[in-house]
Amino acid sequence: MELFTNQVLAGIATGAIYACMALAVVMIYQAIDHLNFAQGEMAMFSTFVSWQLMQWGVPYWGAFVLTLAFSFAGGIVIERVLFKPLAKAPILTQVAGFIALFSIINSCAGLIWDFTIKQYPTPFGSTPFLGSQLISTHQAGMIGITVLLLIGLYVFFQYTRIGLAMRAAASVPESARLVGINTSWMIALGWGMAAAIGSIAGMLIAPVVFLEPNMMGGVLIYGFAAAVLGGLTSPFGAVLGGFLVGIFENLAGTYIPHVGNEMKLPIALALIITVLVVKPAGLFGRNIVKRV
Amino acid sequence: MTQAQLARSSDPLLAVRDVNVVFGGIVALAGVSFDMHQGQILGLIGPNGAGKTTLFNCLSRLYQPSAGDILMEGRSILSRPPHRIAEIGIGRTFQNVALFPNLSVLDNVRVGTHARTSSDIISDSLRLAWVRRSESAVNTKVQEILAYLDLESVAHRTVSGLPFGTQKRVELARALAADPKILLLDEPAGGLNHEEVYVLGDLIRRIRDDRKITVLLVEHHMGLVMSIADHVVALNFGRKLAEGTPAQVQADPDVIKAYLGSKDQ
Repeated sequence: MELFTNQVLAGIATGAIYACMALAVVMIYQAIDHLNFAQGEMAMFSTFVSWQLMQWGVPYWGAFVLTLAFSFAGGIVIERVLFKPLAKAPILTQVAGFIALFSIINSCAGLIWDFTIKQYPTPFGSTPFLGSQLISTHQAGMIGITVLLLIGLYVFFQYTRIGLAMRAAASVPESARLVGINTSWMIALGWGMAAAIGSIAGMLIAPVVFLEPNMMGGVLIYGFAAAVLGGLTSPFGAVLGGFLVGIFENLAGTYIPHVGNEMKLPIALALIITVLVVKPAGLFGRNIVKRV
Repeated sequence: MTQAQLARSSDPLLAVRDVNVVFGGIVALAGVSFDMHQGQILGLIGPNGAGKTTLFNCLSRLYQPSAGDILMEGRSILSRPPHRIAEIGIGRTFQNVALFPNLSVLDNVRVGTHARTSSDIISDSLRLAWVRRSESAVNTKVQEILAYLDLESVAHRTVSGLPFGTQKRVELARALAADPKILLLDEPAGGLNHEEVYVLGDLIRRIRDDRKITVLLVEHHMGLVMSIADHVVALNFGRKLAEGTPAQVQADPDVIKAYLGSKDQ
């Protein structure tokens, strides 16, 4: 039983990271109707920036906040420079743009910081949490920060004027413009927020997977799986999907024979395919009906 | 002086000047001109395909005319991007309702005030004092509009589950939330039954009288247009056919021909 509880809690902890990535993916999907394949690389780059800041002597939380600001601004710049001109381009052009962004960021990170694996600090320590063997302080910190982030985002989207405007712009852009919303800037804001959320995921997972340019590959696939499971049109579903995928991954690795660490990734991919075949809208997504 | 006479003596609130719209080889509007005065209810009529909705879409900046100009209080609106039309006082509703289906009635109306409020993402996130003050002003206004249109009981319901007639009222509420000077109503009676049309006509007149809003009404329901409009413009095949009081337009031989055809056709 203790093994089971242990695995579930560990699943929730990594699930928190998947939830952040899924949320970032869904935010951009809501804004532009496409998956951002470079989401993980953007998060990885942000994590390197925070590492660099710490190398220069900035304390952890200072680097954390500065990195959030950098990622937010960076997300907006990427949207303005790269994707705004592509907004009306065919879908394959946009996909090519995402793939280009993926390799550009990946190579730049390798060029600046090289491909060797680096240690990344945790501000929470890795001692047992509250004396319990079930979960470490870092895992508890990951869950805590994710929950704070989710509450903050909920309040922002539910109760603020800009949050409401962003929801309206994602829902029906034409109507949003008529009530005076600059929908183009709302898309840029969505990119900025997605980049900042992704950077939190990167900084929290880096002590676990270690810092290197390819660190986010697996995490992003789990993030996609979480977003698809919860429904690409539902931020709430994406978050819940993140936690479910985290728990599922850990339990499958523990209890199904022959599923070791190597087989965990195919499980995420199998999950994506299963959801798309059985319930394409995901658990909480809306079925999009188009008038023809 | 009656209200209509008073209106005509002043400069037009909205002036449509020789507007042309061409889609490929098809001329949707050809040299259409008319004036709208403060406090008027202007009915825009015409058979299907006459160009009514095209003209509407020019006024709300969804289409760009290929020639001509549209002046709001003497200034051209054609250089404004669509998201800056609400702030000069033009609001509209759509024939098939273009609400935000997954938001609540309250949020749909709240978002209508967007053009009349200002804030930035940082002040919004930190909920600074001035943001909270402007928010409470918005809430008071939204509550007033919901009460005015009898929508209080459904305020927290999601729009997509409501009856069509109610959705139309929500869209009207959203347009009113922006404090428009001119309200463009695209077939508000479409899909309503006889009783509802009667109530709607009353409501449009009340909005004009209580809120001093000028109304441009595109409508197929002749009974409604003829009973509430002060002035009627008739279009056919993208051209202005006739203009005048409802009685004058109804008696115009060209209008009768456009609607009913003539013997020698």
